[in-house]
Amino acid sequence: MSKVKQNDHYVAPFDEGVSFDELPDSAPSSRYKPSWTGWLGISVVGFWVFIAIFGPYLAPLGENDLPFPDDYSEFQLPRPGAWLGTDESDRDVLSRLMYGAGRTIGISFAATLLAYFIGVVMGIGAAISTPRVDMIVSRINDAFLSLPTIMLGLVVVAAVGSSIPVLVITAGVIYATVVFRLARALGQEIMVMDFVEAARVRGEGRWWIITHEIWPNAAMPLMTDFGLRLIYVILFISSLSFLGLGVQPPQADWGSMVRENLGALSYGVSVIPVLAPAVAIATLTVAINLVVDDISAHSGGKLSKRL
Amino acid sequence: MTILILKRLGIGLVTVLAVSLIIFFGTKILPGDAAQIRLGQSATAENVAAFRTRLGLDQPYIVQYLVWLKNFMMGDLGTSLASDVPITNLIADRYKNTVFVSVLTAAIGVPISLALGIMAAMYPGTLYDRALTLVSVSLVAAPEFFTATLLVILFVFVLGVGNAIVVGSTEGKGLFELIAHFALPITTLCFVIASQLIRMSRAAVLNVMSSPYIEMAILKGVPRKRIIFRHALLNAIGPIVNVVALNLAYLVTGVIVVEVYFGYNGLATLIVQGVQTRDFILIQGLGMIFCMTYVVLMLIADIAAYASNARLRHPK
Repeated sequence: MSKVKQNDHYVAPFDEGVSFDELPDSAPSSRYKPSWTGWLGISVVGFWVFIAIFGPYLAPLGENDLPFPDDYSEFQLPRPGAWLGTDESDRDVLSRLMYGAGRTIGISFAATLLAYFIGVVMGIGAAISTPRVDMIVSRINDAFLSLPTIMLGLVVVAAVGSSIPVLVITAGVIYATVVFRLARALGQEIMVMDFVEAARVRGEGRWWIITHEIWPNAAMPLMTDFGLRLIYVILFISSLSFLGLGVQPPQADWGSMVRENLGALSYGVSVIPVLAPAVAIATLTVAINLVVDDISAHSGGKLSKRL
Repeated sequence: MTILILKRLGIGLVTVLAVSLIIFFGTKILPGDAAQIRLGQSATAENVAAFRTRLGLDQPYIVQYLVWLKNFMMGDLGTSLASDVPITNLIADRYKNTVFVSVLTAAIGVPISLALGIMAAMYPGTLYDRALTLVSVSLVAAPEFFTATLLVILFVFVLGVGNAIVVGSTEGKGLFELIAHFALPITTLCFVIASQLIRMSRAAVLNVMSSPYIEMAILKGVPRKRIIFRHALLNAIGPIVNVVALNLAYLVTGVIVVEVYFGYNGLATLIVQGVQTRDFILIQGLGMIFCMTYVVLMLIADIAAYASNARLRHPK
């Protein structure tokens, strides 16, 4: 039985609060040295970030330009001038993919940052406030957590319509609920540590305790969790776009590209218009997962159990 | 134990109430007036006012909410704003497809994934275990429509069987014909559920395997198979039920995406249409149904976790 690793134990995902077994126990010792899967993940993520930033400048055509204006046939196979073929409106798939990268990644990254801002401020705030305030805030948060995220997204989009700011704010607020739980639990754990009590007895203010005692200890688990949250947000935004409720045409993003070109699977010559954006999302999220896994394995945590 | 479960059920009930508040007021506080949407921009002010009275929109929000909640519990979901048809009629035509696909995904996907996960836990660190882990780690982070696209390419384009969209009537078909009809959506959802379930069930069994009494059994010389089936598995049932219920709850997004992807009529395509036409009454009714299913599955997961953990059952 020696093959069973001691740390391979089960963690109930919805136990009281957030389990700390899932999180790295300490900051990575000295410097993070990625394994080969880590490097693979880092290079793929790096590639997509590069495309996201410079895609619009490098793209061969504009996102709504036609590579062959005289040729009215949709879903063409790749050929010179359109290296990934054309889509349902005869546009260049490669160019749209490069324009879409910035939108998919940018919206998701902004939303995750927002989620972290709200979640960490509220979570640590709840942890250090009075039990009554803490309970009220936590119960409200739990009510939102008990809803499927996609349903919350649908309700908001139905009410205010879809635009990029709406998507960022919606995803940010929805995923803030998860970050809140994590940050609150971390804050509570650290609050009862001796060094915090020592600081309090010393007469330090609340703000000083947050910035000098709690934050340095909570930063590492939160940052590793950021990668996981980013994956969920990318999948959430892409799903909404795929349902036609996210980024609106004619703007391209990866999820909406899959939707627009679904016809290619039934009566198209080329499946690339559907396959290319789906592969783009999958490679990005799987690569982020590899990096997160690698970092948490490096720092001795079991973060990989959570996905 | 009973008290704990009752308490849990109570919390579940409160959650459902909170969910109904969020859904109802979520669609209320935001701009857009149901009467105006129903009658269109050209409607006169008097018509809109009359229609508002008929829908009860001139009442205070709290009264509207209570009336809506009462009707919902009596099984009356109101009338669709977009098509003027009672929502229960709309659902009656479509719920079968959604329920059928979800139930079959559970019936096929859960046993297979559990068997694979438990096998991986029986032989940890072997090539089989590592290959399975690698595949499930990759699939778990990929979107549902990626899996669906790969399956369509494999079956429709490479093997030449089936259709990229699910078409045709389901009337009068037998069980196996229905399975063939929905083969691709069900397979896609099975992959979605398997990627999570394999890893989590593996972890659940390995967790039990690392406990002292298993070590005792090993030292005693009990054969490996007997340890797994008689000692480990029985104690892993609670965590496994927890994991299964959780993953079925997570399947809500998958069901919505798959229905749209394969283009057949179901509850999910109905709610997406409702969002596009801003049919608030439809969204409220269907949203409640989806969220309640989710909450109930979460509740089962929670109770399974409680029931299986002696420390939680008998708190100090």
